Amino acid sequence: MIAVAAGTNRIDPYLIPALDGVAYGLLVFVAASGLVVCFGVANILNLAHGLLYAIGGYTAAALLDGGWASLALALAVGVLAAAAAGVLLAGLLTPVATGNHLSQALLTFGVALAGGSLLVAGFGPDNPQVQVPSALEGSVMIAGHRYAAYRLVFIVVAAVLAAALYLVVRRTRAGMLVRAAVDDPEMVACLGVSPARIRAGVLAAAGALAGAAGVLGAPIIGPGTGTADTVLLLSLVVVVLGGLGSMAGTLLAALAIGEIQTLGVALLPSAAPFLLFAAMAAVLAVRARGLAGRWRTA
Amino acid sequence: MRGEVIRRVRGGIAALVLVGLVVAPWVVDDYTTSILARTLALALVGVSVALLTGVAGMPTLGQTAPYAAGAYACAVVGSRVSDVGVVQLVVAAAAGALLAALTVPLVVHARGVIVLMITLAIGELVVIVLGRWRSVTGGTDGLAGIPAVRPFWGLPALADDQARYLYALAVVATLVGAVLVLLRTRAGLVLRAGRDDETRLRASGHRVALHLSGAHIAAGAIAGAAGSLLVVAQQYISPADFGFDTSALLLLGVVIGGTASVGGALVGAALVIAVRDWLFGVLPGHAPLVLGALFVATVYLLPTGVNRARGRLRPPGVPALQANPPAAPDQATVAELRR
Amino acid sequence: MTGLLEAQDVSVRYGSLAALDGVDLRIHDGQRHALIGPNGAGKTTLLNVIGGSTRPHRGTVRFDGRDVGRLGPAARARRGINRIHQRPAVFPTLTATENVVVAALPRVVGRRRWWPGGRRRAAQRLAGPLLDQMGLTAVAAVPAGHLAHGQRRQLEIAMALAGRPRLLLLDEPAAGLSAIEVGRLVELLQALPRAVAVLLVEHRLDLVYALSDTVTVLRDGQTLAAGTPDEIRTSPLVRQAYADGVA
Repeated sequence: MIAVAAGTNRIDPYLIPALDGVAYGLLVFVAASGLVVCFGVANILNLAHGLLYAIGGYTAAALLDGGWASLALALAVGVLAAAAAGVLLAGLLTPVATGNHLSQALLTFGVALAGGSLLVAGFGPDNPQVQVPSALEGSVMIAGHRYAAYRLVFIVVAAVLAAALYLVVRRTRAGMLVRAAVDDPEMVACLGVSPARIRAGVLAAAGALAGAAGVLGAPIIGPGTGTADTVLLLSLVVVVLGGLGSMAGTLLAALAIGEIQTLGVALLPSAAPFLLFAAMAAVLAVRARGLAGRWRTA
Repeated sequence: MRGEVIRRVRGGIAALVLVGLVVAPWVVDDYTTSILARTLALALVGVSVALLTGVAGMPTLGQTAPYAAGAYACAVVGSRVSDVGVVQLVVAAAAGALLAALTVPLVVHARGVIVLMITLAIGELVVIVLGRWRSVTGGTDGLAGIPAVRPFWGLPALADDQARYLYALAVVATLVGAVLVLLRTRAGLVLRAGRDDETRLRASGHRVALHLSGAHIAAGAIAGAAGSLLVVAQQYISPADFGFDTSALLLLGVVIGGTASVGGALVGAALVIAVRDWLFGVLPGHAPLVLGALFVATVYLLPTGVNRARGRLRPPGVPALQANPPAAPDQATVAELRR
Repeated sequence: MTGLLEAQDVSVRYGSLAALDGVDLRIHDGQRHALIGPNGAGKTTLLNVIGGSTRPHRGTVRFDGRDVGRLGPAARARRGINRIHQRPAVFPTLTATENVVVAALPRVVGRRRWWPGGRRRAAQRLAGPLLDQMGLTAVAAVPAGHLAHGQRRQLEIAMALAGRPRLLLLDEPAAGLSAIEVGRLVELLQALPRAVAVLLVEHRLDLVYALSDTVTVLRDGQTLAAGTPDEIRTSPLVRQAYADGVA
């Protein structure tokens, strides 16, 4: 009995950071999955991906008023707005030759800069407050600790979303096409669908995912001037760590990043600056051989 | 014959620009001189971006990483060890090369978009480390109060903006000259061949990964040396100097300058940085909006907007297209400029 | 006497399809050997296995007495296996001379190779005579991308020779050449140094008879027959196989 109690005590202070890590990781996963689709299917490095998340975040800040209806509305508006922004981005990319990665990346960066500036102009330079539904405002007790109810619910919702995403990619026809396209980009050309349409569809889907993450995650990574950059970076690291295109790998990497950012900082505060870097180096070093083949063909 | 004329005209323009740069500090005010010195440092990073993107065929968004490593190494050495410029330059270049060497395994097998993604992630992670490693980097506040540099043992410290600018100019000119010489050796030849057709290069018995690693480390050393110049020019550095907007600006400048041309990269990077500085001066609120629109417009206007992805930017295995080569062989230098 | 190249029991499978099924091949120094057979017989696959770009599922490849099965194309090229591709592979933005210099660099061993520029100068000295031999001196300073197809083919042979090969793999070198260019190609290949062994994959039997000492006939990934060109020419088995394959 004593040993068990001691064990509990040792784990105790890290329970909350660990839970936070799960919430953070799932959020980054939903955001990053949009980037995976974008890069895997359309072979575009979308530097405006963080902007799509920020659109969702600002929508949440503007529309949420503490009621459930406002959450549903914000989710609908945020997803639609971010998807529309994705389609707009695809339209801007149309004149750029496919396969010209440099021009595509630079164009999306320009859009990210301009779009970020517009968001600040529209919503002000201060980080807006996000009001969660009042029913979730309090905290719940977990193993003797208070934990924000919204985060707990978010973990559940994001887990459901991640599972749904997994099922869509694994089980549906559209998902099968996406997987095939990620495996063999030239296959898309054989489908007889115009590349511009595929690009629009892919960027709309990526926008919808990022927008949903932005609305639901607004109380965790809130809207602000640095949001777009933060989300873009975290998504990038997760995608690279996750093996560039595998959904399961991306999920694992996202959870690992979440834990590193929260539990890692709590456990090893002095090493905190290097943990992300070390994780990336370690994973890439271990998997370098396996990944090398993929990268060459990608 | 036309090639000869073009070469002469280019040489003439380069000489004129160099003369202009030397007399510049006596023409403009001190503030502009210090801005010019910083622009020179960034243009040198642009050269390292061109070396990787255009010559070696590894497009990069992460040259701010060795640039930052060099700058912080120089700042730390400058405040604690030595105020001699040569020492700081060597330390900064070594720091940049070391960081580049550490990241070689991450980038050397990747191609195209994936190199962009990985280098961008590396660059951003370096910025995060700079922001959090307070004891060495001063965190997001950065490092200030770095003592003035003396170029060589026994020389006086560079007290004013003019002297610091001329020091930066001399270093940039020397290093750019070294890069140009390097590109004329077999190393440059093999890199260009690899950009043309990597599989063919391998079939000839070349260790392609080794060449690319060498190019990556050399580019890291150049960016690191540029970091030391930034410290000299600003006497203050913070993580904000190395954000990913800087990487994107430099890449745009290099693309404008022709991707593979060292001179073009210098001019393009300097131009883009100057436009940004100017925009933030005249339009404090809306500079990012205009800058973003300029990015989009530039991409549309570039002759490279049409598909010119070649060599390593193309998935290996797809054979090289002999797409309408220019009619006369001596126009190749023109194509070279535009690439 | 052991051969320069010994491939034993080589098998390559693509899914359920066996491209090569237990093929043996032995070539000794200076031998001129041809691989013939109907389309899909596995000729190019065998060339890829020997060149190192395809890894066999079973079997060994030994070159000069050493197992080279785990080496990639670059390492094999440094040991002396060079290759001419079906589509001439040259570096389009480099001049003809630079192409040969690049190809020569990995195998150049000059007295001054550790001096700055020493290796390149040595490679450059090599390039002139080779271009001359291939009749490319007039276009030495022209970017390879601007050369005609036949000239690119000749340039590629010059590049292969610059690598000082001991075994030259030729994958349908006459493909896409005019009759005059083919005649010139045959002359060039007949004039190759006698020390260089050649493995030729070719559809045109007249070229095979003109260029090779020995012939292996592949069919459906297996060795159907092997012998001198005369033996092959008169073998009813081979005639039958070829008629089937072409039909």
